[in-house]
Amino acid sequence: MSSVAVIDYGMGNLHSIAKALQYAAPHVDVQVVSDPDLILQADRVVFPGVGAMRDCMQALNHSNLANVIKEVAKSKPLLGICLGMQALLTDSEENGSTQGLDILPGHVVHFSQSLHDAQGNNLKIPHMGWNQVHFSSHPLWDKIQQNSRFYFVHSYYAVPNDTTLISATTEYPTAFACALARENVFAVQFHPEKSQAVGLQLLNNFLHWDGQV
Amino acid sequence: MSLAKRIIPCLDVANGRVVKGVQFVDIRDAGDPVEVARRYDREGADEITFLDITATHDNRDTMVHVVEQVASEVFIPLTVGGGIKTLDDIRRMLNAGADKVGINSAAVFNPEFVREAAQRFGSQCIVVAIDAKKVSSAGDVNHWEIFTHGGRKATGIDAIEWAKKMVDYGAGEILLTSMDRDGTREGFDLLLTRAISEAVTVPVIASGGVGNLDHLAAGVLEGKADAVLAASIFHFAEYTIQEAKQHLASRGIEMRL
Repeated sequence: MSSVAVIDYGMGNLHSIAKALQYAAPHVDVQVVSDPDLILQADRVVFPGVGAMRDCMQALNHSNLANVIKEVAKSKPLLGICLGMQALLTDSEENGSTQGLDILPGHVVHFSQSLHDAQGNNLKIPHMGWNQVHFSSHPLWDKIQQNSRFYFVHSYYAVPNDTTLISATTEYPTAFACALARENVFAVQFHPEKSQAVGLQLLNNFLHWDGQV
Repeated sequence: MSLAKRIIPCLDVANGRVVKGVQFVDIRDAGDPVEVARRYDREGADEITFLDITATHDNRDTMVHVVEQVASEVFIPLTVGGGIKTLDDIRRMLNAGADKVGINSAAVFNPEFVREAAQRFGSQCIVVAIDAKKVSSAGDVNHWEIFTHGGRKATGIDAIEWAKKMVDYGAGEILLTSMDRDGTREGFDLLLTRAISEAVTVPVIASGGVGNLDHLAAGVLEGKADAVLAASIFHFAEYTIQEAKQHLASRGIEMRL
């Protein structure tokens, strides 16, 4: 039986992601863990996150999980979700300026204020709801239709230094990177665990992924 | 191609059953909340909101179980409101599997609670529910105030100013209910909805008064709402969620179909 570790670093509720992984692949052993050894033993690792970047990084640095995630990023399939994606970058504008894990070089920036849609209506921040995802070929998009809608809720987004890391984009109102991929690392800004059938498909794909592109 | 507007069915829950009060009397039984949530998920609901309309201790425990069951098999955002008064209430609902909580009267009695909740759990999960009622006379400039106790008690607080203040305090979303329209099936208070939606930077969910699918479309097109919430038109299977989404799409509104 293959196993997946969901990293628990004390930031909010991991119930949804654990339940969704179990539902997406009933035969997989899903563990919500904070113990570095258990994380390093798992076949795959999910790094979720909600809340503020500074709290997230403080929790990771305090618990030494920052180093564990860097280790995982070198060796096995890793899926970052939402704040767990943003924390993989070099730094974030949130809370002044916050250093990230620097696994994927780049920055995390705030949506500019006073965005408008084509009809001139103000666009709301956070970017909240179901938006379309335009992706390029990668095993994690298997059996998912191009331009499917996933559920987002965020006010910051990732800008990688190397644009070839961008696996998918979403428009709000201009295109931003909503998924990044490099070797065995994959990260998404949206919440697959809240994106109904397409989200479950992406989680299922991750749980069958060998980390090769 | 852009962000879709959301349709959110609301389940009013009392004693473990979905009910819908028509102006808070004549409560009819609409069924088992887990069963109803499953049906809405299958029909394409963008989110589901559970409202504890009794806000009693026993019903709170019931709600926790309902949310736990639904969250184990329905993978869309879930919001729980009604009687959320403490950080511990919020933690309990989030741990049960809710993604957001709705804070209503507790925000009116103690606005700092919203700030504390947003700091502790993040704005993304804090929905401030606003019950507003028109207080200006016909012909005068429109003016709405916040009401508590199911629309019976005036607070003297201006609804637009209140919405802005709640966003400053950390609300990630506003659930706006017109107490004049709630249960009437006459449609949203579109002027109120538009006034609030244009005044705040966060998404606004329009609520109160939906009687047909055109009302939902008007909430988006004229009220400028980011999401529309309705209860009774879906509970008694007058319309499915899918029919509602198709209708809004036919009016040119971006939808997840």
